[in-house]
Amino acid sequence: MEEFAALIDALVYTRSRNEKLRLIAEYLRATPDPDRGWALAALSDGLDFPAVKSSTIRNLLKDRVDPVLWSLSRDFVGDTAETASLLWPAPDHPPSPPSVGETVELLEAMNRKSVFVELPKLLDRLDPSGRYALLKLATGGMRIGVSSRLAKTAFAQAFDVSVEEVEEYWHGLAPPFAELFAWAADGQAPPDMANLPTFRPFMLAHPLEETVVDLSDYVAEWKWDGIRVQLVRAGDETKLFSRSGDDISATFPELLDVLPFPAVLDGELLVRGSHQGGEANDVTQGGAASFNALQQRLGRKTVSKKMLAEAPAFVRLYDALLIDGEDLRALPWTERRQRLEALMSRLPDTHFDLSRVVEARDFDHLAQIREGSRDDAIEGLMLKRKDSPYIAGRRVGYWYKWKRDPLLVDCVLMYAQRGSGKRSSFYSDYTFGCWDGDPDKGAELLPVGKAYSGFTDEELKKLDRHVRQNTVNRFGPVRETDKSLVFEVAFDSVHESKRHKSGLAMRFPRIHRIRWDKPVHEADRVEALRALVRD
Amino acid sequence: MPAPFSWIRPEPWGIHVVPADAWVDPSRPVERALVTHGHADHARGGHGQTVATPETLAIMELRYRTGTQDEAGDIPHKAVPVEYGETIKLPGDVQATYFPAGHVLGSAQILLEHAGERIVCTGDYKRRADPTCPPFQIVPCDIFITEATFGLPLFTHPPIAEEMAKLLDRLAAHPDRCVLVGAYALGKAQRVIAELRAAGHHDPIYLHGAMEKMCRLYEEHGVDLGELRLVSDHTKDDMRGSVVISPPGALNDRWSRRLPDPITAMASGWMRVRQRARQRNVELPLVISDHADWGELTRTIEEVDPVETWITHGREDALLRWCQLHQRRARALAMVGYEDEDD
Ligand SMILES: [Zn+2]
Ligand SMILES: [Zn+2]
Repeated sequence: MEEFAALIDALVYTRSRNEKLRLIAEYLRATPDPDRGWALAALSDGLDFPAVKSSTIRNLLKDRVDPVLWSLSRDFVGDTAETASLLWPAPDHPPSPPSVGETVELLEAMNRKSVFVELPKLLDRLDPSGRYALLKLATGGMRIGVSSRLAKTAFAQAFDVSVEEVEEYWHGLAPPFAELFAWAADGQAPPDMANLPTFRPFMLAHPLEETVVDLSDYVAEWKWDGIRVQLVRAGDETKLFSRSGDDISATFPELLDVLPFPAVLDGELLVRGSHQGGEANDVTQGGAASFNALQQRLGRKTVSKKMLAEAPAFVRLYDALLIDGEDLRALPWTERRQRLEALMSRLPDTHFDLSRVVEARDFDHLAQIREGSRDDAIEGLMLKRKDSPYIAGRRVGYWYKWKRDPLLVDCVLMYAQRGSGKRSSFYSDYTFGCWDGDPDKGAELLPVGKAYSGFTDEELKKLDRHVRQNTVNRFGPVRETDKSLVFEVAFDSVHESKRHKSGLAMRFPRIHRIRWDKPVHEADRVEALRALVRD
Repeated sequence: MPAPFSWIRPEPWGIHVVPADAWVDPSRPVERALVTHGHADHARGGHGQTVATPETLAIMELRYRTGTQDEAGDIPHKAVPVEYGETIKLPGDVQATYFPAGHVLGSAQILLEHAGERIVCTGDYKRRADPTCPPFQIVPCDIFITEATFGLPLFTHPPIAEEMAKLLDRLAAHPDRCVLVGAYALGKAQRVIAELRAAGHHDPIYLHGAMEKMCRLYEEHGVDLGELRLVSDHTKDDMRGSVVISPPGALNDRWSRRLPDPITAMASGWMRVRQRARQRNVELPLVISDHADWGELTRTIEEVDPVETWITHGREDALLRWCQLHQRRARALAMVGYEDEDD
């Protein structure tokens, strides 16, 4: 536990990402199993011990420290675990710290009653740093500036394996990850994932930007505006994962009994709708409702029958990683595509279709096709190298995303709010509006969106100054400005929304240009924005 | 017969010794000031007469040029030196005796006696050994007026040797870098240097320009600080593998860019709390304080065992609570203008 506590302290005080990686990697190399596995779990996803809550710690301390002194101290420190670690009465015997493994075992054995006897015994065996590490470990979130991804990257760095491979096994294993260490540290066979419905990290694309590709090497597909998902079937169980690897099976139950054989499929989850009227034979392939309709279904733990009937989900398939237990990822895209096409007859067309390849004579022709597409279910184009294997993560040169040019509208800055973190001293979150009629005839501004990106640090400073010098009202962290500045706002699409007074909501709005020069009465009207709605 | 202790009155800007018309550590100009030590929250310029130890007077002269005139520039200032253990008579039949407080060079507790009653003003103090000043002495009294800068039970200052070992270990592990220690210019900086020497570190130590004069003053008063160099006279390469000392304000300042990839350290009692260290972007917190920690504060009250304890500045709520819990009479004085310049 001393080494783990020292690691936690070092991480608390380290700002550099590389240094954090180095510290964690060094710990993982130097520490035996299962301690390092538990530590890795604590640093990444956190451990859960139901018997230990923040209130447990408070109650323990109230028996040992005067309640007034406790609360004065807690207020000063601002963190319950840290306050408790500092105030815990030093035992009269020297510390005899348990290992991390023993600590976890003891914590797991505690229940809501025994915790009041057992946790003190554990605290008595540690010094203040050890007590801090113990209490952080026991209550879940470490909150020391280490993300799950950073912890996994450190693991990969420690044993010189690829982080994508780590991600792949991660989802099928549980702490303390004995098989993972056996593979990475001791050179044993990788963990067997064949019979587990686990998430495989996605292959991702780079933005195309200025690159021009040769269409004899690349194919184009539409980039659909739904959510990227992975449907996995193994060992008679089907699971649906989001791009980050979250299990979202419960949200889309209709997809769990339609894949009749073991496979890992990559596609876009969409819900059916009628507004586009596109037929399956169209260039753009239709039948998908807008992202708005999909939004209605996201984030729900249970789904009503009505919802299942009104907005049924289906998967538009992009790729196949495994079919019938065979790993296809090393094959070139063309071969995987053939296998995927052949697979379609084995899948119910109520729940699956195939993302079509977009045919174009050459790159310029493709650019024209892209410009012509204003179908709301399309975000742009994907360009995939024909010989590309399926590789986790983002590799240069294999896949590109070529988003549609954004839509632009001129808006007026109305409110500004302080940012968070590094930006907490700046007014960096902006709410802007459009005119509800002719501004020269007394029209008013209605808020249409919010943005906090798209400007440089230099511009942020100028914007911050503008806000401070032109404030007409304050509401907590928010300032209302005198509405004297025009933003050219870029966004991907705009939708009807009941939540906003203007009745409209933008997707991905960002500041495209700050028009210091433009008079506010020349900003756009709400009706101009409404004309861009494609719902 | 007047009521007991009616001759002493705490006011927000200092403690008034009524019969002598003298003030202890006043935060506004007065005719006669009894000053415990040279930190800015206790020692100010502009008094008619300042009674303090010779070291404190020298520090005040250096910092506020008190020696000749007050701030307005007309009333001649009079410095009255008092050695440790020396008693001076004040008007109104008041006697003042200065005892070591162990806080910084020249720091004193002031024992005031009148009508058979004894009152001690500690100013700031600590109970740990400090190579730059003589140790705190227990002075029996009726009213004990104590500070409470670190008056919360979570403050336990570790042995300074442990903190020095942390610093030197980090230095040894990064021979291409330097360790930049933020430390207050009066007291903390010299103590850190002297403790480094005591820990066997005899390499040159580099100073921010703002520290130089005070270090020289310490040396003139017999505190050996070893070889000191100014950062401004040296190149990055000269300073690799060295300790550099600067005021806390310079830690994240542009000034530090001239240093070889500094590891940012800070010597302060507040470093006990992680969030405090993070706020200052400190990578190497060194819990080193010139104030009494919670254990020292409460032990001192028990050892002095006064009839009443008055608490001047710091976290007085918690110390007051402790006194109540231990059936000790106590009150918190609402003092203004005492900040933690010297934590
Ligand atoms: Zn002081
Ligand atoms: Zn003070």
